[in-house]
Amino acid sequence: MSGQFLLDGQAVPFDDGQTILEAARAAGHYIPHLCWHPDFPPHGSCKLCIVKVGGRHVSSCALQAADGMEVDSSSAEIRGERRTLLQMLFVEGNHFCPSCEKSGNCELQAQAYEHEMMSARFAYLFPLRPVDASHPDILLDFNRCIFCELCVRASRDVDGKSVFALTNRGIHKHLVVNAESGRLADTDFSVDDLAANICPVGVILKKRSGFKVPIGERKYDAQPISRVSLEDES
Amino acid sequence: MSAPRKLRVATTSLAGCFGCHMSLLDIDERLFDLIERVEFDRSPLTDIKHCGLCDIGLIEGGVCNAENVHVLREFRARCKTLVAVGACAINGGLPAQRNHLDLGDCLRQVYQYRDGVSGAGVPNDPELPLLLDKVHPVHELVRIDYFLPGCPPSGDAIWAFLSDLIAGRTPHLPVGLMHFD
Repeated sequence: MSGQFLLDGQAVPFDDGQTILEAARAAGHYIPHLCWHPDFPPHGSCKLCIVKVGGRHVSSCALQAADGMEVDSSSAEIRGERRTLLQMLFVEGNHFCPSCEKSGNCELQAQAYEHEMMSARFAYLFPLRPVDASHPDILLDFNRCIFCELCVRASRDVDGKSVFALTNRGIHKHLVVNAESGRLADTDFSVDDLAANICPVGVILKKRSGFKVPIGERKYDAQPISRVSLEDES
Repeated sequence: MSAPRKLRVATTSLAGCFGCHMSLLDIDERLFDLIERVEFDRSPLTDIKHCGLCDIGLIEGGVCNAENVHVLREFRARCKTLVAVGACAINGGLPAQRNHLDLGDCLRQVYQYRDGVSGAGVPNDPELPLLLDKVHPVHELVRIDYFLPGCPPSGDAIWAFLSDLIAGRTPHLPVGLMHFD
């Protein structure tokens, strides 16, 4: 089935099987997301792509578009919910942007700019998450993990190595390395793996390349992610 | 018609590096415009020791010791509008990187066990403010009206923010001036 739906009052055409988010992007409309990636099936974990359809809050990355749907993606209510989700992500980890190599190129930070997140509002949890610098080419800084599982999925489904996994549940959930020692150096992880190049935040970092791009010239320094993301695709 | 009353502004650096204050000076010649519209109360720029009744209070830095708590509460009690300026005030920043560590271990490492230090102890002069076990963002202690992120916020960001605030508008940072680093 194909047809069209209304995204914030604008008609958006869709093809059979397309999700709301995919159809919106194809038509040049941006819906914020963190765990969604065009090369992978929907994950639906970050909930940043939340929209309101028929009075219900749904993940637009996972819900197939249907003819005549009325989708709200930019009301103050939906933007506020997204901002709250971002604030919770910020207090759950240790996101100290000034010392992070990913700063300026980080999707979490860019989403915070996009949603005018002026503070994290909640009390910071300051979890203890030691880094893993064992690998010769890659540094793992778990402090910044947002559990999007893009590295888990890329390593398992594309690289065929299953280097990463999430363990535990709820607030105790965290990213681990799939080796008996738990160290990245004891895996066959390589700097050329897709998993080494897919982290939206500053967890998986290539050594000896940090801070190469000066402040002011980084990906999200001057343009909001809503514009950069669609330009990347076209 | 007489000129409108100047707004009274107080500023302080708690557990900060004064970088945000330096950034305020980075508004350069716009300082002349600013001083037409505000006068400074307590601030490192005036060296006034206690905050009087003010329209705007700018807080740099997080809360790492007992003195910070007193100063922050004084600012909240005497400033109509209180602004958290910079990463440290908003999320604890660099000083909060000690929050994973035991404070006693931290102090002993620095004052007793560090290479080149021998026979010294952790300073315990009663004049020294007691450290808190964790560094807190200012919004965890008092109500904050506005947040101005950046490490530091650029002079342009501070100017845009203060211009809005002084004109009575809700402060808004345009794209390109909103930065967490």
